[in-house]
Amino acid sequence: MADAEGFPLLAIEGLRTVFRAAGRTIAAVDGVTLSVESGRTLGIVGESGCGKSMLSHSIMRLVPRPGRIEAGHIYFEGQDLLARNEREMRAIRAARIAMIFQEPMTSLNPALTVGRQITETMRAHEPSADTTALRDRAVALLAKVRIPTPERRFDSFPHQMSGGMRQRVMIAMALSCAPDLLIADEPTTALDVTVQAQILDLLRELQQQNGMAVIMITHDLGVVAEMADEIAVMYAGRVVERGSATDIFDDPQHPYTIGLLGSIPRMEEERERLLAIEGAVPSPAALPSGCRFHPRCVFAAEACTRIDPPLREVSARHWAACLRAPIDAMAA
Amino acid sequence: MTPATMPVLLNVRELAKHYPRGGTLLSRAQAPVRAVDGVSFVLFRGETLALVGESGCGKSTTARLVLRLIEPTAGTVHFEAADITAMRGAPLRKLRRRMQIVFQDPFASLNPRMNVGSIVEEPLVVHGIGDAASRRRRVAELLDMVGLAPEHARRFPHEFSGGQRQRIGIARALSVEPALIVCDEPVSALDVSIQAQVVNLLKDLQARLGLSYLFIAHDLAVVKHAADRVAVMYLGRIVELAPKRVLFDDPRHPYTRTLIAAIPRPDPHGRAQPTLAAGEAASPGHLPSGCRFHPRCPFAIDLCREVDPPMRAIAPDHLSACHRAEELLPWEAVLQRPMAPAAARRLSLYAKLRGEALLGELEAAP
Repeated sequence: MADAEGFPLLAIEGLRTVFRAAGRTIAAVDGVTLSVESGRTLGIVGESGCGKSMLSHSIMRLVPRPGRIEAGHIYFEGQDLLARNEREMRAIRAARIAMIFQEPMTSLNPALTVGRQITETMRAHEPSADTTALRDRAVALLAKVRIPTPERRFDSFPHQMSGGMRQRVMIAMALSCAPDLLIADEPTTALDVTVQAQILDLLRELQQQNGMAVIMITHDLGVVAEMADEIAVMYAGRVVERGSATDIFDDPQHPYTIGLLGSIPRMEEERERLLAIEGAVPSPAALPSGCRFHPRCVFAAEACTRIDPPLREVSARHWAACLRAPIDAMAA
Repeated sequence: MTPATMPVLLNVRELAKHYPRGGTLLSRAQAPVRAVDGVSFVLFRGETLALVGESGCGKSTTARLVLRLIEPTAGTVHFEAADITAMRGAPLRKLRRRMQIVFQDPFASLNPRMNVGSIVEEPLVVHGIGDAASRRRRVAELLDMVGLAPEHARRFPHEFSGGQRQRIGIARALSVEPALIVCDEPVSALDVSIQAQVVNLLKDLQARLGLSYLFIAHDLAVVKHAADRVAVMYLGRIVELAPKRVLFDDPRHPYTRTLIAAIPRPDPHGRAQPTLAAGEAASPGHLPSGCRFHPRCPFAIDLCREVDPPMRAIAPDHLSACHRAEELLPWEAVLQRPMAPAAARRLSLYAKLRGEALLGELEAAP
């Protein structure tokens, strides 16, 4: 739901994030418009190189050099984050927007106990807090993310924990400041499937408790189907389809979305062959003319090689960037 | 062909690999890590047997034991009727032609300084097969077989996408005409749309060349698509082994049920299946008493805490290592609705067009 003033918690408009390579400007994120409301989960799906991680780093204003945000707006509670200075951004990152990553081992400090890392995160925005109180709160957080024997685990080092436990610690750190928005970038990709199910359960439950918004970035259509209220499908730096989870799975409009649905093995279905999408994602340095998907698209027509299709509303709050959608009308 | 009438290619009996953990000055030697701890199965000619399980279950170690890349602590491996566990020297080298491996990471497993032609040709050179001209012809034929163009032979691995590199790895494995290919997580490093290309290619090659695959995977959904029979591993043991359809329709081990239930379904209407098993797997260095799964098992009774359950046949072709296999409630497949009409209609249109486009079409070169 939009809040009292009527705007969503986060609204991205026309975002373009570029980097320069070999003397040319290359757009990793190219004109992305999206929004997410409090208490809701936006799933961003796409394959490697589609720009989904660059998008999440742009929201945090953590685009690695030499990349930079070239155009667009990122409104957080109506205020453009791109107009904030670094000091203000640091405050927002510490208290309002948190992020968790795919590989917790690379985001945790191997030389500090997990308890110390959580309490230091807390102290960063409450410099005067009492050490014992912080410890108690950190232990309570470890218990909240269901780490067994949290008092003992407080003194463990990251390498003494399993991948699933480390991801729980990352989630505890992210939640330590009660963020309004949690960006989860492939949070379960490195985990075993039974552990993944536990972490997804946990994220859902924590979201219900504190009403935060979640942006879940993943390549796994199963994970978004389990988690997301709204879904944006990204391809080659663009959002090619956007709608409710039901729209995307029951009424897929963009041929890329249809192809993705065909590529995943469905558990309760016998099918001899998977419907692969031939070819590979183009490099952002060598994008095809017209629709970026046309070289891989079985529905492509001559116009698709010339015209770059804009996102258009195909039904209420459901957008697709395809000249040929809906493809069944075309075939009839 | 039913398994009973198919000839056996590989027969693995009570295979074990224990890694000792030596004592140091200050500590006594600890119990060994039982990475693989009494694994038995057969692989029939022309079939795909999947070894599935989560990290640390011993599936990759089992594959390496079968290939004789590491030495077993105990047990035997018969390949084409010969005991290969004791083989040395020339016979072992000859054997290696018959069994090949396709690795998980197509970025790490191809030599970046060799062009694709030399990579595919190398096993032929190593085994002294053919002369330069015949090998060149063979390389062209292999590249064609995996859906690459002859001119790709002159390019280098970095010029290819992940899916294409995996095709190169497959061509290389096929070069020496093996009977067995161990596929070690062959698609887990690839994007979903590319995974489907590689799984389809493996299936086509199997049908054409009569290959047998030992397919190592952690992803049951991929296995459901790629395998004929499935062996589920947990902490160094096979806990259930059955034809694919039996395993998915009537799993008779609580761990198999946990794994199947944990797969996220691509269906936003069928959400929030409660997670069956709590906790995480023990370490193969500190095994629980009795059944190794009992600390996580919702059905465990005293017997399970005390007695290590043996693998036993609970139906023809269906083995389970659970004391309570027969008592488990009937399995209700995690419901996934049939695809919505609009989605199904578009998918079949897509399939129809793909079928036509498939003729003579190759993965576009970058």
